[in-house]
Amino acid sequence: MALRLLSLAALIGLWQLAAHFGDPRLLPGPMAVFATMESEAASGALFAALGATLARVAAAFLLAMAVGSAIGYAMGRNALIDRAADPWIIVLLNLPALVIIVLAYIWGGLNEAAAIGAVALNKLPVTVVTIREGVRALDARLDEMARVFGFSRQKRLAHVVAPQLAPYFAAATRAGLSLVWKIVLVVELMGRPNGVGFEINTAFQLFDVPLLLAYALPFTAIMLIIETLAVQPFERHVSRWRPRAAA
Amino acid sequence: MSRVGDRAQRLEARVTKKSFRTASGQGVPVIADLSFVLEEGETGALIGPSGCGKSTLMRILAGLDRNFEGSVHLPADGRVGMVFQEPRLLPWRSVGDNVRLAAPDASEAEVTALFAALGLLEHRTHFPGELSVGLARRAALARAFAIRPTLLLLDEPFVSLDAPLARQLHGDLIRLVESRRMITVLVTHDVDEAIALADRIFVLSARPSHVVAEIRVKNPRAAMTGEEAQAVAARIEGLRQPG
Repeated sequence: MALRLLSLAALIGLWQLAAHFGDPRLLPGPMAVFATMESEAASGALFAALGATLARVAAAFLLAMAVGSAIGYAMGRNALIDRAADPWIIVLLNLPALVIIVLAYIWGGLNEAAAIGAVALNKLPVTVVTIREGVRALDARLDEMARVFGFSRQKRLAHVVAPQLAPYFAAATRAGLSLVWKIVLVVELMGRPNGVGFEINTAFQLFDVPLLLAYALPFTAIMLIIETLAVQPFERHVSRWRPRAAA
Repeated sequence: MSRVGDRAQRLEARVTKKSFRTASGQGVPVIADLSFVLEEGETGALIGPSGCGKSTLMRILAGLDRNFEGSVHLPADGRVGMVFQEPRLLPWRSVGDNVRLAAPDASEAEVTALFAALGLLEHRTHFPGELSVGLARRAALARAFAIRPTLLLLDEPFVSLDAPLARQLHGDLIRLVESRRMITVLVTHDVDEAIALADRIFVLSARPSHVVAEIRVKNPRAAMTGEEAQAVAARIEGLRQPG
């Protein structure tokens, strides 16, 4: 933890140094960015943008995880579904995010549903592939044990299947969260009237780098905090039974 | 196929045919006309060459494989407890939780008595990954007994244990089996183990397997002399086909 903070401090120091020697219009120093952040926060605009973006990240993330997990589970369990759906997943995996976003806006209109749907669709195939991998790795011997001992369907799912899938779920969460928030910004930049992505677009029009960083950095920090305080503890919790040496 | 619970406390297994399909689609017969009967309180040992379909037969008895010709009549209420070749404990739950999950109806006193009988009391809160091989097998035994089975299936439960540890577990198992009125089926390739634990020994042929001979072990076991045990062992060895 101490090393992490030290490394972060070094990054800020390096930034200060680069700003000192460079053009302040292209790369403002940390203090200048902080001042902009303060004024944006005072007006409330910063929090409004962060809130709007976070809400979209949460909605798109939950949608993609729920639908993706269900599809991934079905594909991992059933060879026929797997063979039928696999080409779709491959197409979706290789379709550029931008194409999905533009098509969603053209077909669905410039609205919230199209924006969130487009982001979720970008994240969906990664979730499907990860969860399918987890389902394929399920231990058939434990499944047999549960059947012989008459475990109900819910009991099997909760105590036999879910603990085996948890690490895959955590991996999908971790990879998904960073992917989703980056795409949410693009979606906002292209077709939403608020949010961090919208503010970045404004900053781009004005060539205002301090403004751009004043919105981008707090949001990055929030995602970092979610990762450290929620995702990592979850991963530790689900793997607590593993012998230490293997961890 | 059929697998039904019967009124009578007896196990009647009649597998007329069981085959496996190879990758090329050919059916390879594994079991042909294998049948045996066990009465309430009896332990039967299935002994035979490796690959003769003993584990397949156990899967049929356990209801895990219903794709066979023949019939299996389970003892009344058909509560099946099973100990697999590997302990098959849920690694993310404590030993106590593993037993509790399988036997939610067992009373606290019952479970504690079982843990005491198997020397597991101080390991109740441990995760399976923290147990030695012998303790993990004891935990699997505890789970099977905790459900108060009317049919107990033991699929080479002591394989790969060193001899002193296996003997110790045999002793514990005999005490537990004799304290219950259930039917036990033991798969083993160890003649001494079969003689130590079983009332009837069914010697199986190589694939496709059937019962070559049924040997009754003198009961109570304690009354059997060393010479008698040796004679039974020699008879089984004589019947066994190489493999």
